[in-house]
Amino acid sequence: MYIINYIKTVFSTVRSMLVGMRRTGYYFTHHKEIITEQYPDNRDTLKMADRFKGEVVMPHDEKNEHRCTGCTACELACPNGTIKVITKFDITPEGKKKKAIDKLVYHLELCTMCNLCIVACPSDAIKMAQTFEHSVFDRNELTKVLNNPGSKIMDGVE
Amino acid sequence: MYRTTEIISDGTKNPPLEGGEAGDFIINVGPQHPATHGVLHLVITLNGETIKKVEPHLGYIHRSIEKMCESLTYRQFIYVTSRMDYLSSHINNHACAMCVEKGMQIEVPARARVIRILMDELTRIASHELWLGAMAMDLGAFTPFFHTFREREMINEIMEDTCGARLTMNYMVPGGVMQDIHPDFQRKVKDFVKQFQRKIGEMDEIVTGNTIFQNRMKGVGIITREDAISFGCTGPVSRGSGVSSDTRKLFPYEGYENIEFDEVIETGCDSFARYMIRIREMQQSIRIIEQLIDNIPEGDFQAKTKAVLKLPKGDFFQRVETARGQFGVYIVSEGGTTPYRIKFRSPGFSNLSILDHIARGSKIGDLVAMMGTLDLVIPDIDR
Repeated sequence: MYIINYIKTVFSTVRSMLVGMRRTGYYFTHHKEIITEQYPDNRDTLKMADRFKGEVVMPHDEKNEHRCTGCTACELACPNGTIKVITKFDITPEGKKKKAIDKLVYHLELCTMCNLCIVACPSDAIKMAQTFEHSVFDRNELTKVLNNPGSKIMDGVE
Repeated sequence: MYRTTEIISDGTKNPPLEGGEAGDFIINVGPQHPATHGVLHLVITLNGETIKKVEPHLGYIHRSIEKMCESLTYRQFIYVTSRMDYLSSHINNHACAMCVEKGMQIEVPARARVIRILMDELTRIASHELWLGAMAMDLGAFTPFFHTFREREMINEIMEDTCGARLTMNYMVPGGVMQDIHPDFQRKVKDFVKQFQRKIGEMDEIVTGNTIFQNRMKGVGIITREDAISFGCTGPVSRGSGVSSDTRKLFPYEGYENIEFDEVIETGCDSFARYMIRIREMQQSIRIIEQLIDNIPEGDFQAKTKAVLKLPKGDFFQRVETARGQFGVYIVSEGGTTPYRIKFRSPGFSNLSILDHIARGSKIGDLVAMMGTLDLVIPDIDR
């Protein structure tokens, strides 16, 4: 009796393995089922999702103007101290003092892409960019100033 | 590997470890070992091939998340919790957001609640898919890993579209969800459901039906009903032993009481029962998704909340069912903008504690099967 059971087990094991191997063989011969993307080779055509959180950027228009008022809401919302807002006072044509940003320093090396600064911003001055290849040789390059040199606040943004 | 009685170079005898005897072998598995997921360090005392004792050493990835949370505001601390159990990060975030809402008595809009459940169930499927591939890989079958990751990739793409990230989403905020769902969300989820149902049978062919796989799983790592309760096991580990422990059924939250699904319970008590639990749980998650995906109510995705959240003085607790078991958040508030103390009850820690109990007396080759079915995520244990 033992020997019959033993032989039965051997056959059922071989059969169960062949069932699995038939499935792997199916994928071996059906190339249309392959979904692998050849990443570094498909860089030109690779499109990230619209909402992909790659890094924080500040969009500027063609007149080199941004929407940041320097309210430091993003700095307060950030859990890691990634953003530092350095403000200055501009003199308006009417001779009044007006608060504006001197630099918006962004530490990419500290950022966890949690999106809290974007949500906190009342004037939609910053947004997430879809870049993702952030490796550099020197980590100082990861500390970025988001506003362009010589940029101004857009008219009508308070 | 060394003998406890081995004479080391300076001539002194290495004393036997506590509880060990002369002649025992001590093996260190981990912290960097391919068969342990992450940095789990197991000190195994062996007598020949038989395990006498398994001692988990923790703390290799301890980041003091609970202490960190004390200096973060109630909006900020949620993102840290996705770094604990990174495979069910949505569900961790969900627990924290709900705990804050409980304290602030924020009414979450119906749309946000449905989106949250959909995301939770997608995360649960993604987590089980990864576990299934990794489990089969532990036992020597490499192919299923690619098959499960094909489906998991679809979920990751859905998450990327809607939340903007693939693993640590930070999508749940107190009051709802951070952004509305992507216009393609419903279509992509339906595609995924179709694909999943077409391909789940493949796993039966490749893994479940395989006799070698069954022989390595059946009768291995027996957790009796009493042990599962006394060690505080939750999730698939306890449900494999016949203990009803699904938080979604026992303490319904966020509208789970209105959804039709079965609590999956197996009475096999062994590794194979825990394996089957997870396979069947994925199908239940699909059932939940199918019920909700066409019935997402219109409306706001986030309730109006104050800019600065302040919890009233007191303590608040909320539990949810993650892919691994019951996850609890306990917030003690002094009335300020940051919590006074936060305690996380993570399922992995309790599930790991039973490993020594079930491994004693079994062969070392079975340890991988036991550890695999406990589904340990190490950052969840160490925090």
